Amino acid sequence: MPPKSGFQRAKNIGYDDDDVYDDEDYFDEEEGGDVAADEMSEEDKEQMAIGTAKVKEALGSEYKVKEADIQDALWNYYYDVGKSVTYLKNKYTPKTQTPAKPKTASRFDQAAGVADAKAPTGTIKAKSKPKVVEKTDGDKLAESVEKLTVKVKSKNLDVIEEYRKSGLKKVSSFVVIGHVDHGKSTLMGRLLYDLKVVDDRSVDKLRQEAETVGKSSFALAWLMDQTPEERSRGVTVDIATMPFETEKTSFTILDAPGHRDFIPNMIAGVSQADFAVLVVDAQENSFQSGLKGQTKEHALIVRSMGIQRLIVAVNKMDTVSWSKERLEKVRQATTTFFESASFSLKNITFVPCAGLTGDNVVQHVSASAADWYTGPTLLEALDVSEPKKRDLERPLRLTINDVFRGSGQNPLSVSGQIEAGTCQVGDAIVALPSRETAVIKGIELSDGSPADWAVAGQIPTLHLVDIDPIHLRFGDMLISPPPAPSVRLVKSFTCKMLAFEHVLPQYVDVFRGRQQATGLITGLSSILNKNTGEIVKKKPRIVKPGEVARIRIELEVKGEGGGLPLEVGSRIVLRDGGKTVGAGLLESYT
Amino acid sequence: MRLLRQQIDARTGAGTATLLPEEPEDMWHAYNLIQPTDHIRAKAVRRITREVGAGATSSQRVALDLTIAVTSTDFDLASNELHVAGRVASETEHVKMGSHHTLDLELNRKFTIEKVDGWDSVAVDMLREACNTSSRAEMWAVVMGEGIANICLITEHQTILRNRVEVSIPRKGKGHMEQHNKGLEKFHNTLVTTLLRDMESAKRDAQTEKTVPLLLASAGFYAQAFLQFMKEYAVRTGDKFLQGALPSVVVAHSAGEHVHNLAEVLASPAATSKVSDAKFTRETALMDTFMKHMRIEDGRAAYGPREIERAVESGAVGRGGGVLLISNTLFRSNNIAERKRWVALVDRIKDVEGGEVRVLSSLHESGKRLEALGGIAAILTYPLEEMDEDEEEEVANGVRGDEEMII
Repeated sequence: MPPKSGFQRAKNIGYDDDDVYDDEDYFDEEEGGDVAADEMSEEDKEQMAIGTAKVKEALGSEYKVKEADIQDALWNYYYDVGKSVTYLKNKYTPKTQTPAKPKTASRFDQAAGVADAKAPTGTIKAKSKPKVVEKTDGDKLAESVEKLTVKVKSKNLDVIEEYRKSGLKKVSSFVVIGHVDHGKSTLMGRLLYDLKVVDDRSVDKLRQEAETVGKSSFALAWLMDQTPEERSRGVTVDIATMPFETEKTSFTILDAPGHRDFIPNMIAGVSQADFAVLVVDAQENSFQSGLKGQTKEHALIVRSMGIQRLIVAVNKMDTVSWSKERLEKVRQATTTFFESASFSLKNITFVPCAGLTGDNVVQHVSASAADWYTGPTLLEALDVSEPKKRDLERPLRLTINDVFRGSGQNPLSVSGQIEAGTCQVGDAIVALPSRETAVIKGIELSDGSPADWAVAGQIPTLHLVDIDPIHLRFGDMLISPPPAPSVRLVKSFTCKMLAFEHVLPQYVDVFRGRQQATGLITGLSSILNKNTGEIVKKKPRIVKPGEVARIRIELEVKGEGGGLPLEVGSRIVLRDGGKTVGAGLLESYT
Repeated sequence: MRLLRQQIDARTGAGTATLLPEEPEDMWHAYNLIQPTDHIRAKAVRRITREVGAGATSSQRVALDLTIAVTSTDFDLASNELHVAGRVASETEHVKMGSHHTLDLELNRKFTIEKVDGWDSVAVDMLREACNTSSRAEMWAVVMGEGIANICLITEHQTILRNRVEVSIPRKGKGHMEQHNKGLEKFHNTLVTTLLRDMESAKRDAQTEKTVPLLLASAGFYAQAFLQFMKEYAVRTGDKFLQGALPSVVVAHSAGEHVHNLAEVLASPAATSKVSDAKFTRETALMDTFMKHMRIEDGRAAYGPREIERAVESGAVGRGGGVLLISNTLFRSNNIAERKRWVALVDRIKDVEGGEVRVLSSLHESGKRLEALGGIAAILTYPLEEMDEDEEEEVANGVRGDEEMII
């Protein structure tokens, strides 16, 4: 506090008129010091006068510093001339501070020499030092706060236009499905390895780790299976998301778990995919158990969730010595099944390959036994697959697949596929079902690169601010704020259902991507003709596998605001007791 | 439940029964026994306001025996309290006839039931079952998934959801392994403390030394992982209670983390080995048999009120395997005629047809499954033809071709 006569009264007046005190931060701290100082003695005044002169001298003519400032600084530093000088210099030349540093240091020493001997340096220095730190910290904080608000300010881009201009590669994602232990993860690990998406070193490291636990053949799968549980048990539990690029397309792999217990996770993966790679084991026994098990169930789920394009990777061809007959057998057996599941055969490609050896994954097969094969490699088959049509014009729809702490600066991040619409940094979004708003602070694409915007089809990570993490859970939906049309939280609805098992009025788990709720089938209203949709039979007692029926479902709602965010045309999967009993297409809701 | 006194005329069904509820589950029995129009007599505390001249009043609380004619009952599952509302049916010096009163039935407080229309066979059976203390199977069950768990207490007649633990665990992904493991650790910690709190408080309430078995059920290996964590936790904290409970822990497989996934768990060998021949395992097995008949379409299963009545008419629920499954909610109907309809049906099957009748508790998963079917279903002795016969269109449905399926 600069000493002035008639201190108590003058203080306020002085502040009001003095435009030097424009720095609010500084002002506040002054006040603190003020209270402690209370009143100024004659001694102090004298000291101040001497100090001011000394500081002026030390600063020289290059610094045009106001007297009031000098007095402020002196007061703050307990008449320590050296410190005051350094502080003032910093304050008046903030830009050139860094190069000037050594110079100021030497001056500090100089000035310290002439510092008032009366000041008990030891304690006071200790006292004042943290103050300096505090100040700069405060300044930095203020700066970063400023930056933060600037950052969240929207650039107001026309995202669709930007997207067209950017000439981005096609964006496509595919889900890898199939029976447990048919080699999905290994095949994908091989694909990434041969494309050099992962380096030799990390694969070698995994190889070593796998060998030490006696599971050397799992090394490539461990690129996808990262949790300790997955590695120790050798099964995939959750979807692994991995990006890679070809010349034409940036792909995202969604490696699904094959084990039947984790089909909920697999459904979450399918909901984000444009097409599917069905991995089947070429070996007879394993192939047959797959046909009865998840090869069949997965294919049905994929089909009923609206995926048309399917690549059948006939894996482990090395174990049947690339036998052409074997491939034909597998092709025949699966084709019959695909026909009955209403896949259109022109959308299905068969690719023989071997994930473990890498034959016909990225490189063409080297074994002479496979000379007969002239078709595409797995990679080539992927590259010709067209992604689904995107709805960029519609309002944003994004289902949260994961909530996590992105990094120190991004304490709350979510990821998931944008199903429709676009978003950009600075956009406000609404989370359902909590109906809380948040602001997008940053966007990261699946390869980890930051971006200003993201469009439907991409699987970005959004860094959010202005929302409490308790309002965001897996399966929640992010949508555009009003006036864009919102999504109703549906509690009961009617849907067309393709039955996989016998269906009675019963409890079922209703899945929509990562979202899940318990529902009760309250009524079987009619059985429909599969192709024409005509009513074949009213009020059936039971729906048999393969039949299409119109059913009514009521969701068990927990508390207020429950229900699933569903829209007409949403595709849902119904499960009960670990089995998929049917797949539905929402027709109407109340 | 202890039966203190019973005076029920075997022929007319008229009479009273005086009961003393002793266990929490007894409140559930009382809830099922007490019907609208019944007369209940129990101790009550009522505030009596009296005029003491010149408009001044004095009020005091008086404990008295009250008889009310029941108009409605309200059972709070969570706190296990039963409130019976009605109108006073016998005049006392403090309370007038016809004034409203709600009796709060409590444990260790006796009450008397008098059935105005007489005790029907279902009510008598219920009374017998309520007072049968010999088989009291109980089990804790945790149905869990990743980051989510439902803690339930399964008793003879109820599945009570005691707590729900939900912790969001970040998924695997580039560089998030640390967060995933941390989240999992947090989930396990929360779950074990919540579970122990529930189990310990229940044990205190029950005042028994008996250890109630604990069943952990999940898809995959989440339950196994949690058991491993519990073992380590018991060693680390030296928790005596948990150490005592560990030997009776069973791990079973369930399809999901929902309470209704318990249905299949309770039928599994892991559960039946611990509580063999408990009511809930028998009921679950029966529902499964029913579903099996439904699936194989041998016509030996039927559900829904009208269809069942027709089946009973035709004598298909009789000797030699006929089983009627009926939910207790049908007997709790506020409509007396409705109750009589079902009691008559039950009596007919038991006395005339010679079939078996099972009353399923709506608080168990098997009972919930039955309720979805309209609260009543039956396994038949011989196949009945379908009620509506329009089978001829089957052919059209089998057609497939290049045409797109509508779904």
